[in-house]
Amino acid sequence: MRRFLRNPLGVLSALVLLLVIGAALAAPLLTDVRPDAAALRDAFGAPTDGHPLGFDSAGRDIFARLVHGARNTLGGAVLALAVAVALGIPAGLIAGYAGRWFDAVAGWLVNLVMALPAMIVLLASRAVLGPTVWALMIILGVLAAPSFFRLVRGIVVNVRGELYLDAARVAGLPAWRIITRHVLTVVRAPIIIQLALVAGVALGLQAGLEFIGVGSSGSLPTWGAMLNEGFQYVQRAPRLMLWPGLALGLTSAALVLLAAALRDALEDRATDPKPVRKTIGVRPARLDGKPERAALLSVRSLAVSYRLPDGTEREVVHDVDLDVEPGRIVGLVGESGSGKTQTAFSILGILPEGGRVSGGSITINGPSGSTEVVGLSTRDWRKLRSTVVSYVPQEPMSNLDPSFTIGSQLIEPIRVATGVSRAAARQRALDLLRAVEIRDPERVLRSYPHQISGGMAQRVLIAAAMAGDPRLLIADEPTTALDVTVQAEILALLRRLQRERGLGVLLVTHNLGVVADLCDSVAVMRQGRVVEAGPVAEVLGAPRHDYTRSLVEAVLDELPLRESR
Amino acid sequence: MFGFVLRRTGAGLLLVLVISFVTYLLLSLPDNDVARTLLGPDAPAELVEATNAELGVDRPVLAQYADWLSHAVRGDLGTSWFTSESVGTAIAARLPVTLSLMLGVTLLTALVAFALGVWAGVRRGAADRLVQVLGVLGYALPGFLVTLVIVLVFAVRLGWFPAIGYIPITDSVGGWLSTVTLPIVSLSIGAVAGTSQQVRSAVIEVLRQDYVRTLRSRGLPTRSILFKHVLRNASAPALTVLGMQFVGLLGGAVLVEQIFGLPGLGSMAVAYTTRGDIPVIMGLLMVTVAGVVLINLAVDVAIGVLNPKARRA
Repeated sequence: MRRFLRNPLGVLSALVLLLVIGAALAAPLLTDVRPDAAALRDAFGAPTDGHPLGFDSAGRDIFARLVHGARNTLGGAVLALAVAVALGIPAGLIAGYAGRWFDAVAGWLVNLVMALPAMIVLLASRAVLGPTVWALMIILGVLAAPSFFRLVRGIVVNVRGELYLDAARVAGLPAWRIITRHVLTVVRAPIIIQLALVAGVALGLQAGLEFIGVGSSGSLPTWGAMLNEGFQYVQRAPRLMLWPGLALGLTSAALVLLAAALRDALEDRATDPKPVRKTIGVRPARLDGKPERAALLSVRSLAVSYRLPDGTEREVVHDVDLDVEPGRIVGLVGESGSGKTQTAFSILGILPEGGRVSGGSITINGPSGSTEVVGLSTRDWRKLRSTVVSYVPQEPMSNLDPSFTIGSQLIEPIRVATGVSRAAARQRALDLLRAVEIRDPERVLRSYPHQISGGMAQRVLIAAAMAGDPRLLIADEPTTALDVTVQAEILALLRRLQRERGLGVLLVTHNLGVVADLCDSVAVMRQGRVVEAGPVAEVLGAPRHDYTRSLVEAVLDELPLRESR
Repeated sequence: MFGFVLRRTGAGLLLVLVISFVTYLLLSLPDNDVARTLLGPDAPAELVEATNAELGVDRPVLAQYADWLSHAVRGDLGTSWFTSESVGTAIAARLPVTLSLMLGVTLLTALVAFALGVWAGVRRGAADRLVQVLGVLGYALPGFLVTLVIVLVFAVRLGWFPAIGYIPITDSVGGWLSTVTLPIVSLSIGAVAGTSQQVRSAVIEVLRQDYVRTLRSRGLPTRSILFKHVLRNASAPALTVLGMQFVGLLGGAVLVEQIFGLPGLGSMAVAYTTRGDIPVIMGLLMVTVAGVVLINLAVDVAIGVLNPKARRA
């Protein structure tokens, strides 16, 4: 509630709505002029004492028609809303909670109703029922019920799976108690928001019906009917449309803005982070007293920072040094959240939105010499990627675009990296698939990602990483998401490719077994810092840092277990 | 893919059939003494009875429906009670007006909504907030009110376009454009507001996907990632919303045709419903429902083409 009161637009909308509703309720008190009292000598008359808004084309008092019209206009919208709620919410609750045949039948009916164009149905109903605005509003309510049904059903289906509902069921609470106590509290906020939105739509449709003159009969004052009368004299007195138009526009806008404000307040949505001032620069690397920089990849004093919602930055990787020589495999180990993936992304220049390298230096050695990649332009970055440095991701399935075939996802980077023709790129893609030991490359090339297995997908991603014949491979937990048997195959494949092509590899992993098996040297990361680094035999054989020791001991503890299996 | 289209077509046909049955029953509910209304209170009772028999309204409702359906599947939607004009011909004469309106609105909406949505989703920041405010405004104001303001400004005050009337495209392309521009623009505003929000959130969602990061790591140009991969994956949810807007657009067309005096299905619906001409109303309802079902089918097929995974559903 306090959140809501802080939103000026929301408060303003609520005030406008209260004012309109108040005026509608108090209409007989606000003016003693009858809304249908016509005097032709007053037609198009200007405002006078006791008639603050003047007279319409038939000489009726505009103010009186406006406030009395509010009663009919809002009343119609409220009636439609009540019907929609009475039908949609209970049906949604039952369909979501109990499911089964009721859900199926209700779902089908909802699809049916949603295929009906509301306006045409209302016109047809008018033909059958005659000019009774209230009956039409009941039908509009029926047509609007699906929006509540779908909303409530969707939420309830989600909530039903939650643990506390199971607990309540086990505790023996009757179904209606569970629904009223647990489910209703969850759906309350979205329903309130939906109420405001549907009220706006109902108001618009009701006024629209009145405007084309098919709603009510006779001279029942409504905003839509007033707009219609005004529109007939649009050339002579456009101001007749001003007041009902303003009333309708303001009320509708207030309803939708109120819904938006309520959504922000009730659903606790995070606001966009404020942009960081551009002047924040990159802290230069400290190079003195550190070992010679490696010939392939060298990272010095790397810092990575993320933007926070309040506009400040938080550093998550601090002062990391790392070296990869050509043809060597370096392991980067640490628990999740230790900053190892952030370090790998920095080297590839693919940190997610809000993150940036805030300090240090990264050099990568390509055919045209050593390049400092911190602060490199997007265009120069592109030239390095794939041809010099390449990436194998962790989760194979989510890293392939589901909408394109494997073939198109392989051929595209090959053509970008080498500039060859489509046919040549296709041939090379087949060769690469064979190189990653895929037996039926023609079929895989034609497949979509969802048609192949996880292990196969990881082979495809490795093949794609080889597309530009890189010198440096950054592999981010390349086996974590795979089955144990497939893991060994993928590691063997990586080792073979590394030997054949003389690749330098930075292998990010949390698995010390993999490090011992594959790597030449290793760096251990914890809480954004490298705590220990060196040749694998040294670091794993005689760990100096407590954290490394605990990691090694954890692996040793596991070993007997594995053998006994 | 073929089986997928077949299944969707079957479901759509069933939907149209059920709706036709229910509407026919509901439209026949009140004991409507048609001939009495047609002939006036002074007509002799025998004549009224004979006319009722001639119109077929003295038979049981189910028999009437079976008769209507057997003709409808052959494209014959019956005859108007009041003008004895064929319902099919009357609709066919007015369909092109509404259809050209819908086509224009869909194209304009798709173009503007995608441009705005992608711009907001990629740029974020101030561009994003601007598009979101436009979206709320476009949604908040009733469409016909916006239309009235547009008429007032561009037709009445500035006089750039005629306020009323229709010139068929076969008569004059320029004249046609001058009569449909304002209606199309006014109808598009609400649709753009809804669709651009959906495009925006879909683009933001896709940009966060792992495969976009991997594509960047492959050295692909940003333009190719954006227009090939992001746009294709983001267009499925956007198309769904565009299809859902269509039902609302039909209602909007009724008002807009009335305001601009366009001789389309919408103004036809208004004219015939006030008279209670049931065969025409039934025909109009079925044509519009069939249109909605067709659009939904087209959207489903388009999504199936764009997203191979959806074909299995």
